[in-house]
Amino acid sequence: MKPSKFHYYAPATVGEAVLLLAEHGDDAKVLAGGQSLVPLMSLRLSSVGHLVDLNRIAGLDTIGRSNGHLRIGALVRQSAAEHSAIVVTEAPLVAKALPHIGHFQIRNRGTVGGSIAHADPASELPAVALALDAMLEATGPNGARRIASTDFFHGQWQTALAGDEMLTAIDFPVWGAHSGFAVEEVARRHGDFALCGAVCGVQLDGERISRATIGLFGVGSTPIRATLAEQALLAGGAGTDLTAVANEAAASIDPSGDIHASGAYRKQVTAVVVRRALTKAIEEARS
Amino acid sequence: MSDTISDVTVSLTVNGRRHTVTCEPRKLLTDVLRDDLLLTGTHVGCEHGACGACTVLLDGAAVRSCLLFAAQLDGATLTTVEGMANADGSLNDVQQAMQDNHGLQCGFCTPGVVVSLTAYLRDHPDPTDDEIRIALSGNLCRCTGYQGIVNAARQAAVNPRAKGVAR
Repeated sequence: MKPSKFHYYAPATVGEAVLLLAEHGDDAKVLAGGQSLVPLMSLRLSSVGHLVDLNRIAGLDTIGRSNGHLRIGALVRQSAAEHSAIVVTEAPLVAKALPHIGHFQIRNRGTVGGSIAHADPASELPAVALALDAMLEATGPNGARRIASTDFFHGQWQTALAGDEMLTAIDFPVWGAHSGFAVEEVARRHGDFALCGAVCGVQLDGERISRATIGLFGVGSTPIRATLAEQALLAGGAGTDLTAVANEAAASIDPSGDIHASGAYRKQVTAVVVRRALTKAIEEARS
Repeated sequence: MSDTISDVTVSLTVNGRRHTVTCEPRKLLTDVLRDDLLLTGTHVGCEHGACGACTVLLDGAAVRSCLLFAAQLDGATLTTVEGMANADGSLNDVQQAMQDNHGLQCGFCTPGVVVSLTAYLRDHPDPTDDEIRIALSGNLCRCTGYQGIVNAARQAAVNPRAKGVAR
């Protein structure tokens, strides 16, 4: 099918873009990589009166260090982040999650910010942002504000962004030495949305775990932190029974079923992906 | 909406030729390539980014042309399957390998496969079999199965033509 009619704008600055959003309200939508929005428009699941294309705005596609964070501009293409040396060293969890998104042709166009702002609960980057306690920079007509990732995801495709705001950058905390990260997911085919998945990070201080994070995706209306399981890891250290920790993570969720998998199956597989991801993350932190 | 939506005019360089197209903002690049420029090698399968048949190169990067509006692309450089052959008109390594390995049957997915593999092998000249299969995961083929396409990718990767394959 073809998208319904819309007015098209290609503003040159963030300021112009958010003024267009303010002017057209709910009838306006920003277009970044378009790898989720355009299919929704073509399937007529989404109808947009005013399409504000961000791709002509300069300066949103940079990656750099800033105050203990790795700052990724919202318009950085997923393929650019995936192959960026600084992302691999400073925010390895981001680099590890990216290859799971769609296919390389999708990542050539899809953006880091677009995936997070779209907030599909089955996608990887929202879970990574949540797991790493990323700070999200939203810009509106009155300037920029920072939103903690814990406050950002409100529901399926629902975020804390106001109608006249757009995501302009994401600050991922840099973890430093003796840390390890892993992403594990189960999907019916490579590149499909995951039935469920886990992103994990640990930092070791000897055999003690000084920092732990577990983010789950595909198992709720938003990405979910498995905080009880994280606490169990912090208390138990690197020698903890990871199966028990993973079961704790799975016990904290109540996923719903669909044509692809039942809720009970998702819950069971969540325990498996968490255990695998933690095993890999601890191994990497030790090496 | 009742207010009129004006057409947009964009200049595109496609396979080395400059074109100026005027169209509705909602017109997909796929449709501009096929209907306005008569480059029907770019195929329309699913029209929502899943099948890969419409893959083209945008400034050298393989992308889905059904997920782009032509309105976005003023000044862009595109290469379609019609621009894949060598300058002398002979088949490029991927095209030749697809022929040698029976990588196509009905041919519907072939343009997307050729464009995708040409871009992928340019950036990853020595892929493993697993990497080839992952690279091909964004291109659906519903008739040959993938073995012939994987074999073609393998040949094109290790063999810029010379190694020869039984025909």
